[in-house]
Amino acid sequence: MFLLALVLFVIFAVTLDRFLTAGNLVALVRSVAILGILGLGMGLVVIGRGIDLAMVATMVVSVSWSLALADTGLPLGTALLIGLVFAIVVGLASGILIAYATIPAIFTTLAMGLIVYGSGRAWLFQVDVQNTPASSEFFDFLARATIFGVPMMIVAFAALALLVWALLKWTRFGRFVYATGDNPSAARVAGIPTRLLVVAQYVITAIIAYLAGLIMAAANSGMSTRVYNSTMIYDVLLVVVLGGIGLSGGRGGVRNVLVGTLLVGILLNGMTIFDIAYTQQNLIKSVILLIAIIIDSIVNPRDEQTAQQEQGDI
Amino acid sequence: MANHKKLFVGLRSRLLPEHLLGELLTKRWIDNVVPFFALIIAIAVFGTLIPDFFSASSLSDFGRQIAEFGLIVLGLSIVMLSGGIDLSVASIFTLSVLASLIGTNVEAWPTPLVILVTLALGAFCGAINGYLVGYLRLRAFLTTLVTLMIFRSIYDLLFLSKSTAIISGLPDSELLFFIGEGTVFGIPFSLLVAALIAIVWHVVLSRMRPGWRLTAVGGARRSAHNAGIKVRRTVFFAYVWSGLLCSIAGFLFAARLGSTGADTGVGLEVSALTAAVLGGSSIGGGRGSVAKAVMGAALVLLLTNSLVNLGVSGPVTSTILGAVLLFSVFIDMRWMRQRSRLLAKVYVSPVHLALPPAPDTTAPGSPYALNDKLRTVEIIGLGEIEGPEDVILDRDDNLYCGTRLGDIVRFFGPDHTRSEVFAHIGGHPLGMAFDRAGNLLVCIGGMGLYQVAPDKTVTKLTDETNRSLFSVVDDSRLRLADDLDIAPDGRVFFSEATIRYEQEDWATDALESRASGRMIVYDPKRNTTRTDIPKLVFANGVCMCRDGQSFLFAESWTCSISRYWFNGPKKGSIERIISDLPGYPDNINRASDGNYWMALLGMRTPALDLAMRMPGFRRRMARRVAPDQWLFPNINTGCVVKFSDTGEILESLWDLGGENHPMITSMREHRGWLYLGGVSNNRIGRYRIPGANPDWCAQDDYWGPSR
Repeated sequence: MFLLALVLFVIFAVTLDRFLTAGNLVALVRSVAILGILGLGMGLVVIGRGIDLAMVATMVVSVSWSLALADTGLPLGTALLIGLVFAIVVGLASGILIAYATIPAIFTTLAMGLIVYGSGRAWLFQVDVQNTPASSEFFDFLARATIFGVPMMIVAFAALALLVWALLKWTRFGRFVYATGDNPSAARVAGIPTRLLVVAQYVITAIIAYLAGLIMAAANSGMSTRVYNSTMIYDVLLVVVLGGIGLSGGRGGVRNVLVGTLLVGILLNGMTIFDIAYTQQNLIKSVILLIAIIIDSIVNPRDEQTAQQEQGDI
Repeated sequence: MANHKKLFVGLRSRLLPEHLLGELLTKRWIDNVVPFFALIIAIAVFGTLIPDFFSASSLSDFGRQIAEFGLIVLGLSIVMLSGGIDLSVASIFTLSVLASLIGTNVEAWPTPLVILVTLALGAFCGAINGYLVGYLRLRAFLTTLVTLMIFRSIYDLLFLSKSTAIISGLPDSELLFFIGEGTVFGIPFSLLVAALIAIVWHVVLSRMRPGWRLTAVGGARRSAHNAGIKVRRTVFFAYVWSGLLCSIAGFLFAARLGSTGADTGVGLEVSALTAAVLGGSSIGGGRGSVAKAVMGAALVLLLTNSLVNLGVSGPVTSTILGAVLLFSVFIDMRWMRQRSRLLAKVYVSPVHLALPPAPDTTAPGSPYALNDKLRTVEIIGLGEIEGPEDVILDRDDNLYCGTRLGDIVRFFGPDHTRSEVFAHIGGHPLGMAFDRAGNLLVCIGGMGLYQVAPDKTVTKLTDETNRSLFSVVDDSRLRLADDLDIAPDGRVFFSEATIRYEQEDWATDALESRASGRMIVYDPKRNTTRTDIPKLVFANGVCMCRDGQSFLFAESWTCSISRYWFNGPKKGSIERIISDLPGYPDNINRASDGNYWMALLGMRTPALDLAMRMPGFRRRMARRVAPDQWLFPNINTGCVVKFSDTGEILESLWDLGGENHPMITSMREHRGWLYLGGVSNNRIGRYRIPGANPDWCAQDDYWGPSR
């Protein structure tokens, strides 16, 4: 996959004269940093043999609510905290429904996305676009500050990637996530508290979604709720699957998310430079996603022994 | 006081049909009860809240909408029945709408051509899904989520370029107008089309092979594969049908509205999914029907339409829809998991059964006096056979017995040392009898009544009887045909022990002691099978009396022998001749001296006798204790009893402790010997009867001296 990214990179570099400029490269990484952060969260649950289709909804609604609250005069810190708590509650709800009520993750998070977005639009905020407070040091810092010339967004992405990498690599939690993803029943028999583990995964993913939302709000100086209606969640899936994290769980890591992010970034950037229309981009992306899923199913075939029998072929 | 309690317990178990609850739970349509009542409540609530809810125009509008939405839900349900899921229904529908509009408004094709093109498009989209999920074995949910987006993008692209042409073009077709707006007897035409398709699919899914295959694949993929079903092809066609139904819905939509927008079909996949799950289609597959799809579609459409009517905003509606989806999936998962557990808990439904005191076998002069006469019998076929429930001998002294492996084994006379498999039938043979022509008639547990001719050809005589009018479980199939005998006129009377349990669960039926067995008559001349005596308690042995008008039959758990007249002046009457046996009677056969032999498969015990008078105790036991810890009839000691046709006990043969013959289920007298069979034994016993007629053969007794 990394090779593929390299090949694509070289092809674009050779054929597109504007591609290989420093400005474009930084723009490339900036534009996909948010996608990459979301990919970290999605990667975590996919490794644990789950999926979170509610990430974008969580991101949009929690951050929008924070901004709306800040707009009504609440101190920004409190508003942001409330947003974080909201995201955690959403993650908890998904996790509990998946782990304890044993509803398939894909159903739970699909419905959860609807519920979160619908209730947000109905009760938490009224307008489509929430602007960041005009003179907020916090958002200014996220948007403009650089460390050694690297924009803050990219630093944040790198820091989060390092954190998730350490979590997966060095902690007991990480090992357990791999074990559950590889074979849930064996993990359970081995004494791993798989249910708590699942809940924790979704809470972490929701927190990551919230952080991605903050960075998005900083970059665009506001959060548009229309993001939910876009195909962003597919892009996140694309990052994970193209990166090579097996959908049957237990395989892959942060490295794969980084590769996937680069690949998707190059792809999106290239398509934008080629001036391909938004709807056509969607078509191309979804066809690529489909091909990636087909390849994934060949590379990581589902283990019939550990497949979730009672939930059918979904 | 104690008497009142006893009376109450007896009346309760007689009057309350407690077993019906368990039997209802075994029915497949029981899943539909909750959605059905939910639908009725929804109609009642929204009907009162919304004015003009039942007006002709709103009903007709609702009819057209449900025709389209119902077809989509039906398509999704078919895929779900096969164990998959199809989220792309929404965009196949939208794409079909666009295709029909391009056909009618832009290209001005004739209507039949438009229909053809639209349907072909839907089938093609479905085939893509089917290929990916069926043949490439991709995950259905994710794959169709992606194809949903692919088809949607194609729609967006085409819509951008064609929208002005669609609006400016005007179709001029009577047929199209009729499809979109026409009514037949006041019923919208599209609703009729959808209803017709639904009926066809109902027949296919519930009565025809393709539907059964679909259900089988969804229920257990591997088992379906092992049964020889082409799993991949079946899954493939499920998606093709789904795509086809969605395209029909799309065409109807296009004919009705004549236009489409950028948001046509957005979020439709979630409403369709909610409808399918809410109706009771299981997301695990293998459970679903047209009725469920229709109920689910009506519920969701009713909900969304009414919320719009009541002025609820879009986001709130989608929140409610999401919550309903989550809730119904949750209920579905719970139900699927708990159903069998619940069924196991409530199915066993014991009744009150007060047995008369057992006769004292140690009293001096008792006909049941204990002895060890059967301990030293000769052994035939030790270790060669498993479970010879019944044994029988022909005129040439050959010995036949059934085995657990589904064979009838023949031991060659006169010494019975050599054997062969006489016939392989496939089920455990339980009762056997020779007819006038020398055919061997066999009752096979779980299969029915079979005939083995002397040339070894096996013919099925019957495996079903008439369905009784008010039974909940389907009692037309023979579940546990047990023993038989043949009347002089050729009619075959055979017992079915119980209609509520399979053969291996006979002990559970003993625990229940409900009158769920019956006596059935098969008439070879007319080839008919009718239930003759319903409601017997574990109907077991059958033996013709010598008057040619009546037979004796045993009811095991009531420890009784009765006589039934099927001909003559007393026709139709039943007379109980013994009701206080010390054990549970099994087969009955003729003895050479004009009396009858009966096998007792096990002995009564005071504890079980007491428990029989306490149905509540047994019910609690069945619910709370693991089945291997339940009270069990004592089958360690077998016994053979000789009795007269007036019910007088003449003689008993015992093997105390069951060293040679525990659980004797059958015995045959033949030329001075008594041959013993037992359903759980690995041998046949042979006992020399002192003073018996050394030339007596049962075939001669039944059908006259040979040739």
